[in-house]
Parts: sequence; structure tokens; C-alpha cells
Amino acid sequence: MLKSGPILAIAILLGPVLCGLLATLLPAFGYLPVLGQSDFSLEFFNQLFQQPAIFQSTLLSLTTGLGTTFIALGVVIAFVSGWYGTRSFARLQHLISPLLSVPHAAAAFGLAFLIAPSGFLMRLISPWATGSSRPPDVLILQDQMGLAMVAGLIAKEIPFLLLVTLAALPQTQANQSRYVTQTLGYGATTGFILTTWPLVYRQIRLAVFAVIAYAASVVDVAVILGPSRPSTLSVRLAQWMSDPDISLRFMASAGALLQLATVIAAIVIWMFLEKVFTRLRNRIALQGMRFSKDRVLKLASFSTLTLFVVLVFAGLFVLALWSVAGLWTFPDTLPQNLSLRNWTRTYPTILSPLSTTLITGFCATAIAIILSLACLEREARAGRKNGNNALLLIYLPLIVPQVSFVFGLQVFFLWLGLDASWVALVFVHLIFVLPYVFLSLSDPWRAWDKRYQFMAFGLGASSNRVFWKVRLPMLLKPVLVAAAVGFAVSIGQYLPTILIGAGRLPTITTEAVALASGGNRRIVGVYAFLQMVLPFLAFALAAAIPALLFKNRKGMRAAP
Amino acid sequence: MRRIFSTLLITSALALGTTFSVKAADPNPKDWKAVEAEAKGQTVYFNAWGGSPNINDYIAWAGSVLKERYGVTVEHVKLDDTANAVATVVAEKTAGKDKDGRIDLIWINGENFAAMKRQELLFAPGWADKLPNWQYVDVENKPTITVDFTIPTDGLESPWGGAKMVFFHDTAREKAGKLPNSTSDLVAWAAANKGRFSYPAPPDFIGSSFLKQALTELATEPAKLLQPVNKDEFSEVTAPLFAMLDKLHPNMWRSGRAYPQNYPAMSQLLADGELDIIFAFNPSEASSAIAQNRLPNTVRSFTFSGGTLGNTHFVAVPYNARSKAGALVLANFLISPEAQVRKQNPNFWGDPTVLNVNKLNDAQKAEFAALDLGIATLKPEELGPMLPEPHPSWMVEIEKEWTRRYAAAN
Repeated sequence: MLKSGPILAIAILLGPVLCGLLATLLPAFGYLPVLGQSDFSLEFFNQLFQQPAIFQSTLLSLTTGLGTTFIALGVVIAFVSGWYGTRSFARLQHLISPLLSVPHAAAAFGLAFLIAPSGFLMRLISPWATGSSRPPDVLILQDQMGLAMVAGLIAKEIPFLLLVTLAALPQTQANQSRYVTQTLGYGATTGFILTTWPLVYRQIRLAVFAVIAYAASVVDVAVILGPSRPSTLSVRLAQWMSDPDISLRFMASAGALLQLATVIAAIVIWMFLEKVFTRLRNRIALQGMRFSKDRVLKLASFSTLTLFVVLVFAGLFVLALWSVAGLWTFPDTLPQNLSLRNWTRTYPTILSPLSTTLITGFCATAIAIILSLACLEREARAGRKNGNNALLLIYLPLIVPQVSFVFGLQVFFLWLGLDASWVALVFVHLIFVLPYVFLSLSDPWRAWDKRYQFMAFGLGASSNRVFWKVRLPMLLKPVLVAAAVGFAVSIGQYLPTILIGAGRLPTITTEAVALASGGNRRIVGVYAFLQMVLPFLAFALAAAIPALLFKNRKGMRAAP
Repeated sequence: MRRIFSTLLITSALALGTTFSVKAADPNPKDWKAVEAEAKGQTVYFNAWGGSPNINDYIAWAGSVLKERYGVTVEHVKLDDTANAVATVVAEKTAGKDKDGRIDLIWINGENFAAMKRQELLFAPGWADKLPNWQYVDVENKPTITVDFTIPTDGLESPWGGAKMVFFHDTAREKAGKLPNSTSDLVAWAAANKGRFSYPAPPDFIGSSFLKQALTELATEPAKLLQPVNKDEFSEVTAPLFAMLDKLHPNMWRSGRAYPQNYPAMSQLLADGELDIIFAFNPSEASSAIAQNRLPNTVRSFTFSGGTLGNTHFVAVPYNARSKAGALVLANFLISPEAQVRKQNPNFWGDPTVLNVNKLNDAQKAEFAALDLGIATLKPEELGPMLPEPHPSWMVEIEKEWTRRYAAAN
């Protein structure tokens, strides 16, 4: 069983991704017999590169992807380094964790309504301060540099990066390092970056790559907040994919490969930045620069983080208000009347999608946890230090943009006669859930202090007994957090659910996106609220269970 | 690894085996009793845009009636874009799944219909005009029922509702006296009211419709638009359209640097006071929005006296549908006087009927006459002349040209 773990995981992930990619690759080079094309050619790449502003769109995807990651990670580093171990840190941490579960589209919608020229903030100050009962005609959303979009993405990626960082921190000696560096006169931030950060970053590097890939290929957030002249590459790609002119599929496939190349380019650039950063850090270390006065930076990181948290929460609050709003026109600060109509109307239709969401999320997460544990335990027993290289392939689904292989995957499932079945739905969710679960779990798991294991062996325990009695209980918290992350990922899946489920297995998210296409803020409010509550419950459980189980173990509680 | 692949091969072989089972005969609408008998117990997966709670409720109502009367279960598959349903059928054909497909009925028209007809992805021609309720359909006065965007429907799709382009404005902000009466008027109006008009960027359906309206009005020889596009003449025929857009864009909302995503987003902008004039394809849309508190009750409709675009939307059955008989029963019910009068009622949906009310019995006529179309809805005789939709190929080329010219700012 244990031996087949890694092989099974790779087969489950790699098979569909490769089949899906193949079904994208072939049309990109002109091969899709059912549409009457079976000659290999580069014609569709030609067609792609002749699309107006295609270079601009690609560049936009690249810069927003890198910009989002750079700022989000910067804020996380600055915040963790300045505040780790303080009470404010713990307080903010509790506020931020639930944000991870907020679906991207819901967060983006909330943000959009907050900052739009006719949005909530403007309504707060109109007409008494602006002197106008009409909103100003200024371009805040969908600005050409994609700043609104980057802001929306950052607000969602900060919680993710913070969470993986927190999961990695206990495997370092952050507190001891801080005492040492502070005694030597280093500022908290500098001390942290010089001593603890390298150990943390080593563990979260793949998560950072996933953020780059996600931000460079996201569709829903880009549609809501991103520029439209031109749109990002991913948005245009999604448009071509769903164009009634089916022959555009060929060019869309070529575009999917361009998207893939863009993501790879972004990661390569990032790796270069890593090198620059390391050199800079080494220089600071060698010259013994202390930067002991870092109050401003500490305050800046704290307020930036707080700002993003407040923005997302305020956006969600306003969406919740929309879900019970009657008529609400500009410049009214609050709706003219409230009604439960949107909720009562939604209630009877929500039960079936709700149960599909829960069952699929639970099954996919459970399988992902078991597979990840099997892989990691197998790796540990085989004694490989930095993990089986093949396991790196597990991250393929996170780095290959979804649009570029789901269509092919759909064909593949049809061919197996498994489309629109529960098996297929759980399986396709698993493809996306497994990497996130593995990503969340592997670093704390690998960084576990092996001396506990040696001690247990010394006391005569078998490998299995060590696993069940020592390692698993000690790492229960990361396991549960990984499960919550997996559950949240499953809930957020749109494209795979709609394509593989053929719309016959609707989830909260497929319903929400279908309704969001109608732009009705009231209904979006209802669904966004539901979408948010489910993963929030999962995270609450992940926090509560270890706390309950280990309430009489001081050492287990100390690990944050 | 090897073991997994062999398992995959076996499962797929099994799956392929099942597809070669006996093929049931397709339902014949001429023998309606048999169709109803076959439909009993079937589940119809109706793929329809799910962006409007009104429409979703209406479909749920139709489903409950079908369950009760015919024992047919209707599952509404809520799409955010009909093209996804087309994509599903394409994927099924790619995989050789020529029966037991996942879609039984699609809400469709225009480009999507043209694409499916061209690729032969639709169930046999001639079923639609053999439905029992076809007798009430207004074939005589509504040419768009038999010709969908210049493509003959050939009984491949059954009409469901009508559409006519109308404009909405908020009388609290914009007085009726100076409203534009043509596209050229609109350009002048936008110059006088900077930033208060916009349209969704193509390929959005409503945005494309605005371009078609303008093209039809401005073209020197509108008859050419009814023929498939001739690439040599394209730039000459569309020159007035793009000259107009070049003039309009700088005076539009956000100076044309951003566009509303679709109609609902545009309607929200009217409520937000960002736009003063918007347009829709459903004449009673403003009234139902007022009824639902989405728009203030000061919103009213107007149209161009020279005419606006009109069309019909349909339902069609994919060639590989599993429950064809059930789909036919649903399509027939959707054009029943009972279903159509409810659909035209703005409290439920407010979509214009495809029936000829004069063909109905007195009780049914009275029901239609009793409908209160709503405060902001123009009466049928006020809607003005109907301009025909151009051939779909024009829109394909115009969308390309639009993207080429305007996709990137500056």
C-alpha cells in the first residue's frame, strides 16, 4: 500500500494533466479531426500572434502575476519578521485565516463595489463631501495597468502565503534566533530575514510558485477587476474557448500554450529575483548591517496587512448587505429598504448543490490526505532527504493553467464513459485538491524533528507504531489545516466542475458563477456568503480539534 | 504504473462496449401520443443561461408542471454562456459519443444555432413545426420565427420567446424631451452628455447587438447584410459603422477605456447613476427590474422611430440527446398558451410571446389582454418597426475588426 502511494498519486495527477495537455497540444498544431482539421501546421500560432494587442495581454498576465506575488510575499515577510511572537500577531493571524476560505470571485466582487466610483466608499462621502449626486466618471476598476486586479489578488494571496509560512515556522527556531539577533543589536526584521527566513522560504517555495502561476492565469478575478482593453491573456483565452465559432478552438489551444509559456517565464524571472535577493541578504549579513530602527517598516507592514484584511471584510459585509437590499441607488449610503426575498428565493434551490459541494469536497480531501500521507511516509522510510523528485510533478496541475487542459480532460472522461458521474467529479477535484494538500502538508511533515522517531525506535516501536502514535499526533494540526485547505480548494473549483460534471452535478460555486454572470449583486451576495461559510467551518474545525485533543499537553499547545 | 494503465485500458474498453448497444428509434412528433408515452419517466437536462433568478424560477415552474402532467423530470443546467453547451456537444462528438449525450435541450439562437446547424450537431430537421402547439405560433407576422439571424430554422429549433431592442433612461435624471431617435442622434447626445452612455464590449451578445443596430441603420445598402459577408466589400459596408464608433468612443463612459461586462452590469450602472441611457433586448426588462427593486420606478423605455433589431430565441435538441421524447414534450409545453402567458407576465419573466394571440380561444385571449405589462414597458404598437438581424457571418467579421481597432487602448 505504502509503496504504491507515490506511484498512484503521480498516475492520478499526471495522467489526466498529460492527456488534457495532449488534447490541447494537438489542436494547437492543427489536429482535431472532428472539426475537419488533421494537418499539422503552425498556422494557428501565426493566427494567434496576429491577434491585436496579444503581446500587451501576455505582458499584462506576466506583470500582474509577478507583481501580485512580489507584493503579497513582501508584506508577509515584513509582517512575520516584525511581529512574529507578539500578541498583535496572534490577533491578526486569527482574523486572516478565515480569509483564505473566501472564494476569489466573491472577494473581487466585494472589492469592486467598495472602490468603484459609484461604490460604497463614494456613497459614504456623497453628496455632502463631493457635492455631487452623480458618481464621477473615473477609471478605478479595470484600470489599464491592472492595479485593481493586483490589489484583489494580493488580498487573497496574503492569507495563503501567511498560512503556509505559519505552517513552516515551527520547524525553524524562530524565537531562539530572535533572542540571539536582538541581543546582537539587529532590528527584528533584519534579524528574522537573516536567520529564520531562509529556512522558511525553502519550505514554502513551491507555494510561492503556485501563487505566481495562479495570478498569471486567473480568469474570474481578471474579468471582474482587470483591464478590458486589452484583457489579460487568460481572459481572452477563455473567450476564444467559449466562442460560438468552434474553429477558434485551434487558436485558443495555441493560446493555452502561450499561457503556459508565460507562467514558466514568470517563474524563471522569479528565480532570478531570488538570486538577487540572496546576494543582497548575504551582503547585509557580511557587512553586519543591523537596521536596528525598523519601527516605520513594522508599522507599514502592519497597516498594509490590516488594510487588505479590512478591505476584504468590508467588501464581504457590503455584499452581505446587498443580499438583503431592496432598491439601493447612488448616492444612498444604505439601501432604501431591506428584504429577505433573495434568501427565501434561494433557499429551496440550494440544498442539492450544497450536498454535492459537501460530499465532493469531503471525498476529494479525504483521498488527498491519505495519498499525501502515504507519499510522505514512504519518502521518510525510504530515507530520501529532499523528497522524491518525481513528487515535484505533483505540482503540475497548479502550474499548468486550468484552461489549457480541462477541455482535453473532458474528452478523456467521455472516452472512459465516466463523464457526469460522481467518480469523475471527485477525481477531477482530487487533481486540484491533492497538490494543495500536499503543498500544505509536505514541508511541516519533512521538517519534523526525527529525534522523536529515533527515541521511539529506541523504545522498541515499529515504523507503523511511530507513524500512528508519534508522528501523526504531533503533526495533527498541519494535517487538519491541509485538509481545510483542500476542502476550500474543492469548493472553489468552477471550470472542472462545470465541464466534468456537465452541469448535472451543480455545486455552490457553479451556481454562484452562473448567477454572477448576471451581475446581480443581491444574489451574488447570498452565494458568496454561503461559499465563505463552508470553508470557514473547515478551518474552525482544524483549529478546534487539536486544541481539544491536546489541551492537557503543554508542549503540543506551544507550537503555534 | 503498468498495472494502472492496463486497468485504464480495460475500463475504457468496457465503456466503448456499452456505446455499441442497440440504438432506440428517434421519437416522431407526428405520433404525439407515442412521444408522450416514451417521455414518461425521462429526465430532460435543459441547458439554459442561469444568470437571471426570474428565468430560473420560470424554468423550475415549467419543470414542476411537466413532472405532474407527463411524468417528465426537468433538470435546469444553469449555464453562464450557451457556447459552453455547444462545446459540450462538440466534445461528445469528438469522443464518439453519438448517443446518450448529456444535453437534451438547449436554449439557443443566432451564432450558436448557426454553428450547431453547420456542424450537424442538432436533432433531425422538421420536428419543431410538427409539435401540437405549433398551430398557435405566429409564423405569419414574425418572420424571425422561421429565419434565425437569416439562417432558416428548418424545424431544427422551436421558438420560445421574442426580443426587440429598446432603450431605457431614468426620468429623474434625463428628461424625455431630448432623447435620441436614431444611432446618429445617440452619438450627438453622447457628445452633449459625456460619460453617460456605454455598451458591453463584443462578443457580449447585447454589445454585439448594439453594433448590428448601428450597422443596419448606417449601411448604405442594408440588403447586403442579409447575405453572408463578402470579404472584399466588408470594409466599404462597415466604414460608416466604424466612423461612428470612432466619434462615439471618446464621449462614452470611462472615455471608452472600459466597458460594462454584459447587460445586467450595464443595468446596474443605470441604477448606480453612472449611465443615463442603456438598452436591452427584452422590452419589459425595465418593468420587471422596477418590480424587483433593481431599478428606480422613474425608469422608462423608448425606441427609435426608424426601427430597432428584433429576433426570436429558441430551444433545440442535440443530435445525441438521451431523452429526446422528453425534450420534445418540454418544447411543446413551452409554446402552450398557458406557458406563454405566464412568460409574458412581468411578475414572472416578461418576455414577449411567440404566439399569435388571435389564434387562441376567447379565454386565452382574455388572459393575454389582462396582462399588466408594467409601468416602463412600451405597448406592442409603440415598439416601432422591426429591423432584421444581419447574417451571423457579419458579426464574426465585425467582432474581429472591433477587436483589432479597439481591443487595445490608445
